[in-house]
Formats: sequence, structure tokens, C-alpha cells
Amino acid sequence: MNNKQLPIDGKGFLNNPQHRAVFFQIIALIAVILCAFYFANNMFDNIEKRGITTGFSFLDNTAGFGISQTLTDYDDGTSTYFDVFIVGLLNTLLVSILGIIFASILGLLVGIGRLSNNFLISKLSLIYIETFRNIPILLQILFWYNVVLAALPSPRQSMSYLDSVFLNNRGLLIPEPIFESGSGAILISFIIAVTAVFYLTRWSRKRHDKTGEEFPLIKVSLAILILAPTLVYFIAGQPISAVYPELKGFNFRGGLAIIPELLALLFALSIYTATYIAEAVRAGIEAVPKGQKEAAKALGLKDHVILSKVVLPQALRVIIPPVINQFLNLTKNSSLATAIGYPELVTLFSGTTLNQVGQAIEIILMTMAVYLTISIVISLLLNWVNAKMAIKGR
Amino acid sequence: MATYTMKEAKPAPSGSKGIIFWLKTNLFSDVRNSLLSLVGIYLIYVTIPPLLNWMIFDATWSGTQDEVVNSGARWIFIIEKFDQFIYGFYPEHLHWRPNLVAVLCVAFLIALKVLKNNKSKIVLMLLFPFVCFILISGGWFGLETVETEKWGGLMLTILVAAVGIIASFPIGIVLALGRQSDMPILRTLCIGFIEFVRGVPLITILFMASVVLPLFFHDGIEFDKLLRALIGITLFQAAYIAEVVRGGLQAIPKGQYEASEALGLSYWQGMILIILPQALKISIPNLVGSFISLFKDTTLVLIIGLFDILAMVTLTNSDTNWLGYEVEGYVFVTLIYWVCCFTMSQYSKSIERKFNTEH
Repeated sequence: MNNKQLPIDGKGFLNNPQHRAVFFQIIALIAVILCAFYFANNMFDNIEKRGITTGFSFLDNTAGFGISQTLTDYDDGTSTYFDVFIVGLLNTLLVSILGIIFASILGLLVGIGRLSNNFLISKLSLIYIETFRNIPILLQILFWYNVVLAALPSPRQSMSYLDSVFLNNRGLLIPEPIFESGSGAILISFIIAVTAVFYLTRWSRKRHDKTGEEFPLIKVSLAILILAPTLVYFIAGQPISAVYPELKGFNFRGGLAIIPELLALLFALSIYTATYIAEAVRAGIEAVPKGQKEAAKALGLKDHVILSKVVLPQALRVIIPPVINQFLNLTKNSSLATAIGYPELVTLFSGTTLNQVGQAIEIILMTMAVYLTISIVISLLLNWVNAKMAIKGR
Repeated sequence: MATYTMKEAKPAPSGSKGIIFWLKTNLFSDVRNSLLSLVGIYLIYVTIPPLLNWMIFDATWSGTQDEVVNSGARWIFIIEKFDQFIYGFYPEHLHWRPNLVAVLCVAFLIALKVLKNNKSKIVLMLLFPFVCFILISGGWFGLETVETEKWGGLMLTILVAAVGIIASFPIGIVLALGRQSDMPILRTLCIGFIEFVRGVPLITILFMASVVLPLFFHDGIEFDKLLRALIGITLFQAAYIAEVVRGGLQAIPKGQYEASEALGLSYWQGMILIILPQALKISIPNLVGSFISLFKDTTLVLIIGLFDILAMVTLTNSDTNWLGYEVEGYVFVTLIYWVCCFTMSQYSKSIERKFNTEH
């Protein structure tokens, strides 16, 4: 017989799970607060010792350095650090949005190619995905910038396409559109066309629900979207013209210049992120059970109807969340631009401004706050999409 | 009685086998498919032969710079600078130490497979990192000290990745458990940390670690650059591990939690003996995925001034005798990263297939 008795001290304070939970949480909280206090204390000591000023007043000081690409008015002599912050933020958003657009297109194409019946296309897509997703993004950025774009010819020997697009080691030059008076009408007509398409979609859906008749929605919408602005363009007397880049001396004048840093970053980010988007697209389409397609076929639906009414609605539910996550990743990866000096938030603010001002804590916190805001906005968007797409049970 | 004899099977009709048939069904089944195939063939034609020519057939594999006549890759650069790519500035006469560590790592992994006794395994696991550290940094047992500034190349890359993976693992598990716990304050702290870290780019965390972290401590406490980077990477990776492990924890049926409580196990006993072994097992593919991202992310340490293998490309090209060899350098580093990441991802896929027992 085992005579060993269990100790009967189950009435102690800590043996009650609720007390215990409170006790441990208080300990954890105290530990965190003590740590924070210790760090803050040291921080203020160190800041005082090193004579670093604190606060955000530095934002009003004149920055006094040049920036190679600015979307807002920026002047080397008078603009403040806050302007630098805004310029960096806008450049980050610019590269992210362009990157998201290119990566989505490329990713969609490769993802569909991966599922193609064509052996060659499917294997080429696989090779593309496996090659580029296994190479660090920073390495890709540096490769595009230091090897591919650096090997481009000088402005005088630029590669040119139709004498309007030029590519050289100073970047890509494209014609710049000039909007004269009357181009507002084109914009308005475009907005009206979009609204019309929106209502047309609703009407055709209602009609489809009621009568089952199909309306050639895509063709009609495309026609409206293209025809309306074109018509207004000619009626208003062709108010949009373009300034073509021209070689003057050693460099180009006129046109829109896209700096090589932006090009390298866009290439690398879109090619890298597209591999993940392609995988998401493939996984999403493969997630639709085969029986669904077979059943749709048995019902006598046409191929494009099967795709748009049976496969896509189910596949998109699986595709969209990871793709939105990749958009967020692309935005965060755009911070690597600092390695090649593209003037975005991290380069301008955590780099140049930090070196000049030295207020590391404020500057890095501001940078982090921007990215946190972007990721919170994107995750709110994701939650909204998920809620909207969730299968509505009965 | 009639007798029946087996007839010889006829060969398949000539139209449904062979290479022509395969080409017909897979590449040229209709006009659209044929066009796509032609595009594919063109793509292969413009990329693969020039690449192979550059990398292999026209490449220069030996000799000196003056003897280069071919237009292809000049691998003599990589051969000349090989030691720097692998060891950075680690003193040449001490290269045996990182080499020994590499051999010990293999021995360590074999020992973990062979040893049956759990206690000796744990002792080995706890001792091994210190042995490696002492061997590489020196300063003990009469070994010559090598400052961390001299560590570099592939050695540094692997070291950063290994420390990031190993150190972040326990922190990540604790964070995941905290996020899943019933205690509101603890949960909020964990969620706050995880979401904060996942919301910002690694580069800002590295900046934070390299610029702000020293301000948090007394003047007497010195962190060298490498340690700061390691702290940043570990905290970053811990948040991602936490999310992966949380996925595993959520996949464990509730009955398992209840059963462990019904057996009278304490929280930690239940977690360590029942829940975590299952949760970690099903999260292995995702853990490997997260390790691959970490391995790729180690390249970022070059931005805060450490000399990992990618930084070596620029550095070796600043040698005035060897200018203009960036392409070879980048391709070499690309190959190393690609082989490592591809192997790991195939491994994770094979595990996924092994665990995927549903039909």
C-alpha cells in the first residue's frame, strides 16, 4: 500500500486559480513597468549627458539638403524637416502603390500560368516562382541597381523607343502629359462613365436575379469607360498634349524622368512579391473542389460563365487575404530602398535627418508610427473584406 | 470443349503515344496553346543559352586577370576572394576555428539523433552554443580573441540566422502562450508586442536596436554592433514565431486541453507534455517557412554596418586590383542563398506531405 498522503494545503491563497491569475498578472505588470522605468530613466540620463535635445521642435528647422525625387514642392533652402518627412512618406506610398499594381498583374499572370494546361508555360511559371522567392529581396534590389541599371548606356547613347521613351543610366524618360483648359471635362466625363457603369452593374444583376437573362456587362462597361472620355477629348478640342523628352547637350530636357533608384526598387519589389501573389492565386483556384467545376459543366454552363460565376467567387475568398498581406509586406519591404538611396521615409528620415539632428528616439518612433498606421489600415481593410466575403450560413 | 487462349495485347494506336503525341496534347492542342508554347520557347531561347554561356561555357575558371579572354563570368574573382566571402576579416591562421564549429554542428546533430537519454540531450543542447561561441570568439583556454568586427561573410550570415532562430524560439513560444492565455493583462501585453513588431519593417527595428538600445542602459553596459543586431533580429523573429505557434495551438482540439486538466496536470505540465508537442509538430512547415524568411532577412544587417556575405560583394569590389566584378559577386551570393532557401522549402514541403494523412 502506498501510505503517502497528498498534502492537504489546497486552501492556500495561490491555489485558487482566480487569485493566481491576478497574482501573476500583477507580477508581470510590475516587471514590465519596472523595466520601462529603468530604461526611461537611463534614457533621460544619457540624453542629458550627451546634450541631445528632445521633443519634436526639430521638425520646424530648415533641412537644407537636396532630394532627388519629390512629389510636393520642396526647396533645399527653406523646407523644414517636416517637409522632408512628408516627401519621404509620399515617396514610400508612391513606390508601394506602383509596386502593388505591377506585382498584382505579374502575380496574377504567373499564378494562372502555373495552372495552365500548357506544360511549358506551367513549368516556366514554376521556375520563375522558385527562382525569385528564394533570393533575398535586398540582394535583388542591389542587383538591379548596381548591375542591371548601372550597365545602361549614358544619356547620349540612350535606348529609345519610338523617339518618345528613353532609357539610360540616369533613369527612364517618358512623355509628360500636359493638361490644358478643358481637360477637366474629360475627367468629369470619366467620373460620369464610372458612375454609369456602377449603376449598370446593379441593374444587370437585378435583372439577372429576376429573369435569369445575361447582360454583356463587361463589353458594355468597357465601351462606356473608353468611349465617353475619348469623345469628350475630341469635342473639347484635344486639350491634352504631351511634352516629349529631348536630348539637350549631355542630358534630357522635358518629359517625366523616373530615377533609376525607383526603377530598381519597382523591378525588385514587383518581381519578388509577384511570386507570393502567384502562389496565392494558384492555391486559391486549386482550393475550389473539382466537383464544383464538373457540376457547373453538367448544368450546361459555358466555360467563361463557370469561371466568373462558380470558380472565381469561391477562389477569391481564399486568394484575397494572403494577397492583401503581401501588399503589406511589399510596403514594409520598400523601406529597403535605403540601401540604394531612393528618397523614401527610412532613407530621408531615419537616415539623413537622423544623422543631422541626432534625435534617434523621436525620429525612429515617427518612422515606426507611419508603418504601424499603414499596417493597421491594411488589416482593418482585410477584416472588412473577410467579413464581407465570409460564407453566409443559414 | 472449346479452349480459349489469351490474345496478345495490341500496342496502343500510334497516334496516342510517343513524343509527338505528348507534344500535341501538352503544347500544341489548339491555336491558343500553340501560341503560348511558342512564347515559352522564345523566352527560354532568350534567357537560358546566354545565361549558360555566361556562367559556364564562356567563363574563366582559372588563371590571372590578364589571361581573361572570354566574355563570360570571371570566376577567378570568386576563387581569389573566396576566403573573404566565407570568413570576412577573420584572421587567416584561425580559419580552423569556424571550420571546427561547422564540423561540430554536424556531429551535434548526429549526436541528437543517436542519443536516447533525454537528460544528456538537454545538457548537450545547453552546452553546445557556448562551445561554439568560445571557439569562434576566443579569449578562453588560451584561444586568441577575435573581435566581432572581424567576423563576416557567410560565417556571420549563418551565425546571425542561427542565433535568431534558436533564441527567438523560446521567446516566441512564451509569447504565443501568453496571447492564448485567459489573463487579460498578460494577453494584452503579448498582443501589443507581437502586433507592434509585425507592423513595422525589420529595418526600423534594426535601427532602433543599433541607435536607441544603447540609450536604454547605463554607460557601463556596452553592446557591440553584432549583439545589438542579434537582439533586434531575435525580437523580430520571436513575434513571427509566436504567430506560427499560435496557429498550431489553435489547431489542437479543445478536448486535449480539457483532458490535460482532467488528469490533474498543472498548466505548464499540460502545455509541455501534451499541448506543445502536438502544436509544434503541426506548425513545423510554417516554422521552416519563417526560418527561410529570417535567413533571407539576415541580409539587412549590412544596412547597419555589419559585413555579411552580401556586404562582401561591395567590399571585395573596392579592392583596387579587383574593380568591376560586382556581377560575379552577386551571382555567387545569389546561388548560395538560393540553394539554402530552396533546400529548406523543399524540406518543409516534404514534411507537409508526410503529415498530410487525410485523403
